[in-house]
Amino acid sequence: MGVVIQMRVNGKTQQHEVEPRLLLVHYLRDVLGLTGTHIGCETSICGACTVLLGGKAVKSCTLLAVQADGADVVTIEGLAALGGNGGLHPVQEGFWEKHGLQCGYCTPGMILAAVELLQTNPKPKEEEIRRAIAGNLCRCTGYQHIVDAVQYAARKMAAAKR
Amino acid sequence: MIPAAFEYHAPKSLEEALRLLSRHGNEAKILAGGHSLLPLMKLRLAAPRCVIDIGRIQALRYIREENGRIAIGALTTHTEVLESPLLRAKCPLLPQTAWEIGDVQVRNRGTVGWSLAHADPAADYPAAVLALDAELVAASVHGTRTLRAMEFFVDMLTAALLPGEILTEVRVPILPPRTGTAYRKLHQPASGYALVGAAACLTLGPGGIVERVAVGLTGVGPKAYRAVAVEKALAGKKASEKLLTGAARHAVPEHVEPLSDLQASAEYRTAMAVVFVRRALESALARAQGKPR
Repeated sequence: MGVVIQMRVNGKTQQHEVEPRLLLVHYLRDVLGLTGTHIGCETSICGACTVLLGGKAVKSCTLLAVQADGADVVTIEGLAALGGNGGLHPVQEGFWEKHGLQCGYCTPGMILAAVELLQTNPKPKEEEIRRAIAGNLCRCTGYQHIVDAVQYAARKMAAAKR
Repeated sequence: MIPAAFEYHAPKSLEEALRLLSRHGNEAKILAGGHSLLPLMKLRLAAPRCVIDIGRIQALRYIREENGRIAIGALTTHTEVLESPLLRAKCPLLPQTAWEIGDVQVRNRGTVGWSLAHADPAADYPAAVLALDAELVAASVHGTRTLRAMEFFVDMLTAALLPGEILTEVRVPILPPRTGTAYRKLHQPASGYALVGAAACLTLGPGGIVERVAVGLTGVGPKAYRAVAVEKALAGKKASEKLLTGAARHAVPEHVEPLSDLQASAEYRTAMAVVFVRRALESALARAQGKPR
């Protein structure tokens, strides 16, 4: 039996009838075609599927689509629009400038986790950045460049506010 | 990994949820934040015929001072516990424990009440609510009852909730002056669950005497427990490093059979229980003495 759900995804209202067991990550990828959200471990550990739900980072593999009914969701595809400058979001730019990725698999989740951090803590210390991305696993950059990328974004966002 | 199909209900009020639960009985499972239940359903270790999603009941999401205690709605997330100014000021052990749970994404979804109701032997809050002698409020269509933390954990993944009951509230004390608390944990490196987690709550009396102390342990055995022998070794004595070290040796009493699995042997868990109880006590004592720790 299907359930009709409605949510705003990257600013656009979506409405579909879904099976209650459909996971949010599958809704985003298979129903909406937003394949930027990756599926990694499927066990709530790796963070590749991280999206923002009501501004908070969540693992979309551990959420039913029906639980997100009525919510506001941001995926990597919608992030640039949040940056407010017409181009990449500062965190995306940081990953570009500081070589924050190699294979790119963890990158969308990593970026969205960093976005949540910078919303609440605009000037994080290195240890705070590492803690904020503790729920996101990367198997190739070695994390240092990712930390550099988030620091770059923090500086850039602070400069834009001045 | 896709859960088996189920019938889905999303009640808007507790009363509606209780009616649904009483109608569906054992065929129904309560879904709160979903960070315990959904992983089990994806692995098909759980395949309930009916899921009652209580996540939309906003009335179960609060932290407030009430009748000399702090009442926390069962659907309050770990992040909300962690960031609560009220808890930080008056019962810091809960935020200290929430800080050690999972990661940001898990803390944003997981709920204090239903983490407790899941009674995972490696969850963090059980140690804290035991050390705080917290009360847990369960509701059913017949009314509500209050349970003490010490009677709440029955066995592995089994809490003292009866069929038809929904956990609605956790009540913790406002801690008196000269009280220090701490939660110290040995993380399982992949999952972040506690191989051993020790929560301590220690109040100093005149002359640096340990006036009151409670220690809760999780991860060690099939269910969380109060380390009563540790508490007895400390109560009424003058606090010192030597006293704490000696007391911590009693962390695993005879009636607790430590878990032994791929991640840690019973011997290792026992040895680490002693270490982490000592560390929790040392931090709690330092904080009770007003030292930053």
